Amino acid sequence: MGKYFLLGILFLSIFSLKAKTLVVCSDCEFRSIKDAVSKSSKFDTVLIKKGTYKEFNILVDKPLTLKGENYPVVDGEDRGEIIRVVSDNVTIDGLYIINVGTSYTTDYAAIRVVKSENFLIQNVVLEKLFFGIYLEKSNNGKVYNNKINGDAVDEYNSGNGIQLWYCHNVQVDQNIVQGVRDGIYLEFSDNITINNNLSTNNLRYGLHFMFSNDDVYTNNTFENNGAGVAVMFSKKITMRNNTFSKNWGTASFGLLLKEINDAEITGNIFTNNTIGINVEGSNRINYYNNEFISNGWALKVKGACYANSFVNNNFLNNSFDLSYNSKINDNVFKENYWSNYAGYDLNKDGVGDVPYRPVKLFSYIVNRTPETIVLLRSLFMDIIDFSEKVSPIFTPDNLMDNSPLMKRIK
Amino acid sequence: MFKILKYSFYDLMRSRWSYVYFLFYLALGFVLLFLNNDVSKAVITLMNVIIVLVPLIGTIFGVMYFYNSKEFTELLLALPIKRSSIFTGQYLGVAGSLTLSLVMGLGIPFIAYGLFRSNAIWDFSLLLVVGAFLTLIFTALSFNIALSNENKIKGFGYAVLLWLFFAVIYDGLFLLSLIIFEDYPLDKYSLVATMLNPVDLSRTLILLKLDISALMGYTGAVFKSFFGTRSGFFISIFMLILWTLIPLYNLIRKANKKDF
Repeated sequence: MGKYFLLGILFLSIFSLKAKTLVVCSDCEFRSIKDAVSKSSKFDTVLIKKGTYKEFNILVDKPLTLKGENYPVVDGEDRGEIIRVVSDNVTIDGLYIINVGTSYTTDYAAIRVVKSENFLIQNVVLEKLFFGIYLEKSNNGKVYNNKINGDAVDEYNSGNGIQLWYCHNVQVDQNIVQGVRDGIYLEFSDNITINNNLSTNNLRYGLHFMFSNDDVYTNNTFENNGAGVAVMFSKKITMRNNTFSKNWGTASFGLLLKEINDAEITGNIFTNNTIGINVEGSNRINYYNNEFISNGWALKVKGACYANSFVNNNFLNNSFDLSYNSKINDNVFKENYWSNYAGYDLNKDGVGDVPYRPVKLFSYIVNRTPETIVLLRSLFMDIIDFSEKVSPIFTPDNLMDNSPLMKRIK
Repeated sequence: MFKILKYSFYDLMRSRWSYVYFLFYLALGFVLLFLNNDVSKAVITLMNVIIVLVPLIGTIFGVMYFYNSKEFTELLLALPIKRSSIFTGQYLGVAGSLTLSLVMGLGIPFIAYGLFRSNAIWDFSLLLVVGAFLTLIFTALSFNIALSNENKIKGFGYAVLLWLFFAVIYDGLFLLSLIIFEDYPLDKYSLVATMLNPVDLSRTLILLKLDISALMGYTGAVFKSFFGTRSGFFISIFMLILWTLIPLYNLIRKANKKDF
């Protein structure tokens, strides 16, 4: 009998623990989100109906679900941070947040997650923001299907779309970020997956890594940013099947690698960038199956870069395929397709019989004296490029593709 | 002067070479657009052709015409006509017909492929203006050469050398000087050196109008801040006009003094 009694108590307690739903609307019991959040208990859902809520500094300090119905507007009126999450297991879903305050001492964000686990931020739309989604020392979360639409004009007074600082195991998936400083910014964040995002028209970088290791980004599109992606001082980053396009300007590039080791760059498409990949001091990187189409420079290799291998890439119609500023070459180029290759294939095995030298004399000279670029597309340059091609003197001897392919790799 | 201009012009219009020149550009324009179908990309390719070929043809054609019509010129000199009008008339006849061939030959295919609906129209117009200037400049220079050299072979030799100098050798020397003085700030120098060669000036003017100027980085930015402004553009056009007028003036001066 006692056993049944205990079970009954257990059932009752579970029932009483069952999450409530607190509804917020202009004529409900709760008229502000803040009020509803403070009166809720753990694991409740705060359902926000369509309307405009002029609120900021909403503190979520217990496991809650904040769910918006038909995109309610949360207007911060430029007065500060809007939502701060300091608890584990918080979900924020379907809000339309505008007018985040701007401050140069505190980085105000639309949604800030501090030291929390298992968070989920999804279907949120942010406009007129300073920082968008700011994750701080938070792990095991997901940022999914959000739309961040900034109106940044200058780098010094704008914030980043999605920022991760000291975070681990976070997924950033299917977001659209545009018009901010850095679309997605990672600092000291490891094991982050960034997939299927669209990052366009940002002032500085579409995606930016600093001191972050073991991260993966795949199937993203970076278009028309100051520079597509910057990967700096990081190890073991995997970059797969991304598209970098139209990052065009005097100081723009598709992908910037600076002090990167042991990375993998495969299956990416680089089109119409001033510089496809700008590499500085990066070692042991595998570049496989990428496409470089119509860039100013497909690859610009500067500083000490050792033991990199470039295999099975397509280089099509770039003004310069490669710029290289060192006499020593320890990198491997093989089995790439170069549209500028003019050799022949007598035995018809699909591999050219004459090695291809991707560094043109002009690109070597421009590296030495940048002012000489004013001779771009002059007849004289074409002539000396041709003579260098016939008998190389200045460009590194062993920098060549010994087995250039005759046909584009599909 | 206009009578002579008209005569030279019609004479050339009837000649086979004008047609060949016209048909060449017509074919070039159509082939380029057929292969590419992108008007703005075709402008870049065309620029490469124009800055090399137009000066070459201007020079060779100018020298050739001058030597060929020498007897006629001497006949005209015997008549009571001002020397300056004889030579300016002939010069304008040659340069005019070459320019017409260029403009028509390239204009027709581009218009047929929807130039007016494309935003490349300004780049294209600039290309034609530059092409016209190059024709005027190099024809004037070649007339100078032909006038100073009785010997045809020598004249042709100098004409080819002139073209070679402006199209290739000048850039070589320019490059050499840039490399030798690479420790010094070279922006102003390269700006001036570009202005002094009509071929380089034309090339830079067109390049800076196109997307490709982003490749030029910092130096390009310096150039753009000069050529991109209205005053810079007018200074470049003024330089091209100067390049036309000085050889022309020299031609008239020499022709007035020369004992035929």
